[in-house]
Amino acid sequence: MQVHKHDAIIIGAGGAGLMAALYASKGGADVAVVSKLYPTRSHTGTAQGGIGAALGNLDEDKPIYHTYDTVKGGDYLADQHAAKILAENAMEAVIELEHMGLPFDRTSAQRISQRRFGGHTRNFGEELVRRACHAADRTGHMILQTLYQQCIKNEVNFYDEFQVVDMIVVEGSVAGVVAIELGTGEFHIFHGKASFFASGGWGRCWSVTSNAHSLTGDGAAIALRRGLPLQDMEFFQFHPTGIYRMGILITEGVRGEGGVLINNVGERFMERYAPSAKDLASRDVVSRAIYLETRAGRSIKGRGYMHLDVRPQTVNRYFAEEGRDRADFIDESTVERKLPDILDFCRTYLGVDPVHEPMPVQPTAHYAMGGIPTNVDAEVVIDAAGRVMPGAYAAGETACVSVHGANRLGTNSLVDLVVFGRRGGMKMAEYVKGVDWAPLPKDAGAEIESEFERIRQGAGKSRPGELRQLMQETMMENVGVFRTEETLQRGIQDLAALRERFYKDLQIDDKSRVFNTDLMEAWELGCLLDLADVTARTAQERKESRGAHSREDFNKRDDENWLAHSLIYQRGKMSDPSYEAHFDKKVDLSLWEEEVQQGLPEAQQKFRPVERVY
Amino acid sequence: MDVTFKIRRQNPDVRDLEKPYWQEFVLNDVDPTDRVLEMLHRIKWEQDGSLSLRRSCAHGVCGSDAMRINGVNRLACKILIRDVGERVQVEPILGLPVVKDLIVDMTPFFDHYKQVMPFFVNDDPLPEDGRERLQTQADREQFDDTTKCILCACCTTSCPSFWANGHYVGPAAIVGAHRFIFDSRDQAGAERLDILSEPNGVWRCRTIFNCTPACPRDIEVTKAIGEVKLAIRKGTNVGIIETSAIH
Repeated sequence: MQVHKHDAIIIGAGGAGLMAALYASKGGADVAVVSKLYPTRSHTGTAQGGIGAALGNLDEDKPIYHTYDTVKGGDYLADQHAAKILAENAMEAVIELEHMGLPFDRTSAQRISQRRFGGHTRNFGEELVRRACHAADRTGHMILQTLYQQCIKNEVNFYDEFQVVDMIVVEGSVAGVVAIELGTGEFHIFHGKASFFASGGWGRCWSVTSNAHSLTGDGAAIALRRGLPLQDMEFFQFHPTGIYRMGILITEGVRGEGGVLINNVGERFMERYAPSAKDLASRDVVSRAIYLETRAGRSIKGRGYMHLDVRPQTVNRYFAEEGRDRADFIDESTVERKLPDILDFCRTYLGVDPVHEPMPVQPTAHYAMGGIPTNVDAEVVIDAAGRVMPGAYAAGETACVSVHGANRLGTNSLVDLVVFGRRGGMKMAEYVKGVDWAPLPKDAGAEIESEFERIRQGAGKSRPGELRQLMQETMMENVGVFRTEETLQRGIQDLAALRERFYKDLQIDDKSRVFNTDLMEAWELGCLLDLADVTARTAQERKESRGAHSREDFNKRDDENWLAHSLIYQRGKMSDPSYEAHFDKKVDLSLWEEEVQQGLPEAQQKFRPVERVY
Repeated sequence: MDVTFKIRRQNPDVRDLEKPYWQEFVLNDVDPTDRVLEMLHRIKWEQDGSLSLRRSCAHGVCGSDAMRINGVNRLACKILIRDVGERVQVEPILGLPVVKDLIVDMTPFFDHYKQVMPFFVNDDPLPEDGRERLQTQADREQFDDTTKCILCACCTTSCPSFWANGHYVGPAAIVGAHRFIFDSRDQAGAERLDILSEPNGVWRCRTIFNCTPACPRDIEVTKAIGEVKLAIRKGTNVGIIETSAIH
């Protein structure tokens, strides 16, 4: 096997990976970015509405308000000191992106333009605030392009279309990763002092998802298989507005610009579920409302979808009702200018023109709040006490800091990846200066190579595509927006049956080496099955409802027993693993504790876990 | 409805399949609103797992699945069956070496992109207040169209000048340069114009216009190339783009 030696190996070339690459190389490290996609194909590029930062360019705003919204949005499971760092660092990170040339839209004062987004408020929930810095409705695209361009400028090493399939652990620290060069099918060893996982989420566990086909959770599954825990896996966000049946995301920015959700009797139903924030309540709240409306027989044509209406006459009517300034009223050109990609998606895929017709939307599996546990410097931690695994880093969706807690706020994924990609990159540059190379084990890569050989020889009757579809259907049905003991039990059983077929009855048509996507998709399915399994199991064990985890049989949040992060470990053979979940990792409540120490009366404590009201 | 796909295939790794050949697949129960990409997936997942293609986001944003569909460059995820009919011919994009089936070697394409300094340059001190550089929305809109590029290669591989001469940087690279040349905050416009006035720069463009309809992002590619040509002729990037009145 060819061996490549670099100080820092970064796995994944989305926002978190590229940010880490830039800052690690600026810090003097020799960096290699190893990615299964060309960097510009990464899923960061599909993020639409904006990146939150309390710049206050249009409304009065402060980082502490952003911290509060993040903690509240996360249903108090977010680590409060981490949320504070997120909100504070967001401002410098966004300004730095502008300095790198990111083409944000501008205000009349020539500053970065900002828009409203779900759950983002001023003065601890007082009113919605314009905080999401945007470049039309393609903010993620601009971030990804800008970071890739800066990496070209800084001559970062890229290994494009090298898919990482294993990590090399030597005496409890990480000595690098094993990757397959897709174009040749050859295995390569990347020997590094540090390895940084920025490999994205696993929305492809579900059948209706906004996620790219490539979001198969490779990094998280690799970590799990190598004995690392995954944190808070029961929390997976369903975004309320995916295009009906297709799952393609319709940005919350639509509602930020005044769009409203309407049921089959023409009612703006969010007024009942969230009297203050209405359509811009947090995503878990809105997704549940859509399901509840559907159950009450109020979905459009009885088919489980709602209308998202951003027609100027509708928006302006509600603006008038709310007593908004006439200057805020919109016309067709506002919609065209601010939401061009959304219009394009609807016109292309639905033949629906949102300027003249409402869009059919339903909740779509969108974002993993859980993942590889890290501290605020993106260092991977492996137990409830926060012990760091030397040489291991993670950031972005694949990681769990935790800043999103039980439910992520819109725009905070982009904030997360720039803030913690940046912090991790800096930390890693420091780290690699101070350590020696861990020697590579002689047989590095042998185990995973034989696993691939096993898959390639698959001569059974179960196609990966069929197994994947069955997994996605059972996850959607049983481990979706609402869960009960019964559905979770069923989900776990279905997954066990699929795992059995995956290991004993797989059919692989393509036996060749060059760009074998049949083989790679099968291996990715194995990753998805593991992640689906730990999601269902932690969901089954957490007997409360919090944020995106909604148990109908335990429908209240229970801070007394469950205000804790979960850590789940996989043991035994991959074909028949056992799992061990612990719910003893403390949630950081330091901001609340400070308030208590200052002697603030309860009513004035902003960070005390209370019931969420939007 | 039934739809017949005729797909150009090749696998250098399997004897007898090294040379390009056509293979037909028939799909039943196809809906006119199905994406071509979904149908290629159905072929791969239900009939022949060895069919090889790149794809990721499946909604026209990542730029992975550029291919030649019924003779025209398209993203397979952004074209529906109702747009292509009951007989669909799919081939790899032209002008780049085929790796396998619909997958081409993108290295030359990205190398051309990297030639044009596709990154922001401004060496002035940062604003003293620690904030963003200022820009008017009108200046921001001057280069809006070319910021949309997703580097899918639909334009470059539809260009006869590129087919004839692989050294030509091609429309996508010029679009990439245009995005910075006309950004009022950037300072390397003159250098980029120098690079593009070389023999394999903009002057290889014969204004054939294939690139513009090929673009899945509706970028006015030929117009952008024209603006770069004009900037080179006038020796300046100022006053080239007619600004539409600010909305």
